[in-house]
Amino acid sequence: MPKTLGILGKKVGMTRVYSAEGTALPVTVVEAGPCIVLQTKSVAKEGYNAIQVGFGSKKESRMTKPAIGHCAAGGKGGFYHIKEFRVNDSSQYEIGQEINISDIFKIGDIVDVSGITKGRGFQGVIKRHGFKGGRATHGSMFHRAPGSIGCSAWPSRVVKGKKMPGRMGNKLVTKKNVMILDIREDANVVVLKGSLPGSIEGLLQIYSK
Amino acid sequence: MNMLEKIERENMRYDFPDFRPGDTVKVHIRIIEGAKERVQIFQGVVIKRKRGTMGASFTVRKISNGVGVEKTIPMHSPRIEKVEIVTRGRVRRSRLFYLRDLRGKAARIREKGIR
Repeated sequence: MPKTLGILGKKVGMTRVYSAEGTALPVTVVEAGPCIVLQTKSVAKEGYNAIQVGFGSKKESRMTKPAIGHCAAGGKGGFYHIKEFRVNDSSQYEIGQEINISDIFKIGDIVDVSGITKGRGFQGVIKRHGFKGGRATHGSMFHRAPGSIGCSAWPSRVVKGKKMPGRMGNKLVTKKNVMILDIREDANVVVLKGSLPGSIEGLLQIYSK
Repeated sequence: MNMLEKIERENMRYDFPDFRPGDTVKVHIRIIEGAKERVQIFQGVVIKRKRGTMGASFTVRKISNGVGVEKTIPMHSPRIEKVEIVTRGRVRRSRLFYLRDLRGKAARIREKGIR
């Protein structure tokens, strides 16, 4: 986890915009913030500096009593997503404080974006690891199989980390060096260049660099 | 309205005449050559219009020095200066790919309203 302040957002979707020179750029529109500070963590108490923020309002009837109590500190209702951001000095933040996109970012900034990728289920090595596979015809009997997974007498085992079929996706991925092309302060929307992990409506963490 | 649609609507262009497949159009395209910028006119028959929002495009076909040339132009690109309709064509389908197999007289398109 990067030790920088960030903001939580929700993916709205992708489109394209044109740059001033007229080149088409693929963009992802993200609804980011406002995030409410729910807790500040300090070296003295928790051993590290961080702030805990909430994003996306949630009905109290759908929350547990402890969660309601925890969110009550912020005074802005309950939240769907509660995440932590490492900061250098957590004392400058206070509980209940609102963090907006424009407080952290400006147009042209380079950021890192984390999100949970779409789950793809149990996949073979071609889709999961990009193996080549064999040819389909001309008597070939080797199509999409992974092939040999190691040597025989030595080491007599399969090496750790061997790329094999298995569950693909549904894991936290960080895309680095994403450019902010536009910020709409009034709508809490940020336009980022390129694609981002996860599905539409999925949670994204945008970290400053 | 969704913010995505709003951003798309802001970036879309609505300043073109309503041209259709079969129409002959003049497309004024801004071309950057090194440091210079000039406008090139591409005249031909619209053989396809791909509908959509920011991804919309259209394809113009012409015969240049005996060779068929097609250009697919993004509808909302700021590099397009303007689109002029030269003639309206009467065609019976929306994708005129059959023109690729025809040349000369056979590749003509009847003008709208002329019998």
